Amino acid sequence: MTKKTINSKKLDFTKMKIFFIKISNFVSLLFEKLGYFLTHNIFVYVYPKKVRLFGIKFNITRSRRDAYYGYMFILLWLIGFLIFTLYPMFYSFYLSLHEAYYNLQEGITSTYIGFENYLNIFRSQTLVPLFATYVVRMILSVPLIIVFSILIAVLINVPMKLKGLFRTIFFLPVIIATGPVIGELTNQNATTLPALENSTLLVYITENLGSWIADPLVLLLNSLLLVLWYAGIPILIFLAGLQKIDRSIYEAASIDGASPWDRFWKITLPGISSLIGVSIIYVVVTMSLFVESGGILELTRSHMLVGAPDSQFWFGYGYAAAIAWTYFIFMVLIMLIFITISRGRKGSRA
Amino acid sequence: MKLRKKLFGMQFTDGLIYKIIVLVLLISFSYIYLYPMLFMLTNSFMNVDDLINPGVNWVPTVLELENYNRAIQVLELPASIFDSTGYVLQVSISATVSSALIGYGFAKFNFPLKKILFAFMLATFILPSQVTMVANMLIFRNLGIMSSESSMVLPAIFGQGVNAAIYILIFYQFFKTIPGVLMESAEIDGASPIKVFYKIALPLAIPSFLIVFLFSFVWYWNETFITGLYVGDQVTLPLKLQAFRASYESLFPPGSFGSELNEAIMLAGNMITILPLLLLYFFAQRFFTESIDRTGITGE
Repeated sequence: MTKKTINSKKLDFTKMKIFFIKISNFVSLLFEKLGYFLTHNIFVYVYPKKVRLFGIKFNITRSRRDAYYGYMFILLWLIGFLIFTLYPMFYSFYLSLHEAYYNLQEGITSTYIGFENYLNIFRSQTLVPLFATYVVRMILSVPLIIVFSILIAVLINVPMKLKGLFRTIFFLPVIIATGPVIGELTNQNATTLPALENSTLLVYITENLGSWIADPLVLLLNSLLLVLWYAGIPILIFLAGLQKIDRSIYEAASIDGASPWDRFWKITLPGISSLIGVSIIYVVVTMSLFVESGGILELTRSHMLVGAPDSQFWFGYGYAAAIAWTYFIFMVLIMLIFITISRGRKGSRA
Repeated sequence: MKLRKKLFGMQFTDGLIYKIIVLVLLISFSYIYLYPMLFMLTNSFMNVDDLINPGVNWVPTVLELENYNRAIQVLELPASIFDSTGYVLQVSISATVSSALIGYGFAKFNFPLKKILFAFMLATFILPSQVTMVANMLIFRNLGIMSSESSMVLPAIFGQGVNAAIYILIFYQFFKTIPGVLMESAEIDGASPIKVFYKIALPLAIPSFLIVFLFSFVWYWNETFITGLYVGDQVTLPLKLQAFRASYESLFPPGSFGSELNEAIMLAGNMITILPLLLLYFFAQRFFTESIDRTGITGE
């Protein structure tokens, strides 16, 4: 009984195989005909060494053929880039100079108001503090993340058995960090360490430092885990960099009497310093593009769709576009500043 | 003397003490890292008494499965998990296939303006989607695909989806490593570049496909801002989670006995939302952690 069913299954499988081969043959024949038609008509005609385009003949050279196929392969991206990225960028910049609203009958209506939208961002009571906390948070947490990830990468790189396990653990947050989940964890104070909360460190900071520096520090310590969660990918970047450094350099240095401390500063750090720029870009982008409730990005959307609570006078698409552009400019500035700092340090040493 | 050598090694870094210090440091950092996860896991099983009781910290006194039961009802589980997986599969597969094509084009052909276009491609990574969102919404409205799934699928096909630059970079780096001799010999045998692509390059690129697919799956699953704006409020599980409070109150109206929404139920909902990703990660974690080597940003 069982043998019979197996046999019949096998038969079915071979039948299916034959069926698929038949179909694929038919499809490839169809495509061949179609391809022939596409390359042999009045507009385009391909000779063995020449091609006729709208009556004009071209010689097929190696580089021309390469260029043609290259553009064919990236055509999808090129079209997408023009339609979904480049045009929207210019259009949103254009809108940010206008007061623009959407209505169902007429589409978008806009009146030119110059840089008024941008000025209104800096006049706004809610946006200026948000931008300030964003900049301060970035300036405090990006170096922290970079240093932390270098530290962890160096520790993981020590030869031992559990390497893979630690790699798995430190990469985990990249997988699960979703907006609503993190929001809920912050709500329930799961992102701060209880030990930190119970110690008097926070009280000490708030009592002894001015509020301009104490507030961001407390904010940082309170969301310390969240900040460190962004280190997942930089750790892997640095780890891959560390594994490329030749072991024999370390051996040579230790024969010359360099201590582990010296070896870290003189060999390890210069070896991975070229990766710091990439990690900075990655960290700034992922931290900035994370949409937290009540943050600037969230506010942009509410300005666009419904009008935020502070915006009886200024809302609409133009204002939203202006906020997004200002945010983007701040982001790029922060990135540039950090990269120049990391490059500058490298330059002075060399 | 022998003991000392074993403990401190020839120069400290290869001794036992150093290894123990490193291990202790790493374990404590892992604890810090995993703390929110553990918190979420244990607290999602607590009942109301355990949540309030300061004596109960990690191990709940009873396993309250009712939390999960309610969260499943609120998130409309069996149906919604298939819906959102189906949607995310659709988007991520189209992103993967298109970025393979694009990466191959950038890697294997020389054409004018290639360097500039490649730089533009990488630059799209830092552009926030909020900058382009206004204009994109209007484009989608004009195309008539606003609030449908194609408003995410279409940019993904054209290589402009979430983090598309990274996927293209992964494929670009991989196709660079395939020796040109292989393709030249195929060309001499009369294969067209397209045939070379799908007969030689594609079969070799299967690991890259897997990596890109896994990443795009995870990132599209986690994306709530753009998906919520273009496609709709209740498409994926994370979006449903965002509206958890409201849907809970409509399902269990406040006032009736034992219907208060507590933190444990919220956390149970969170656990359910990230469970598919966790499963994916534990089965395919090798591919995730290898991905950085594949992007080649560490310099070759």
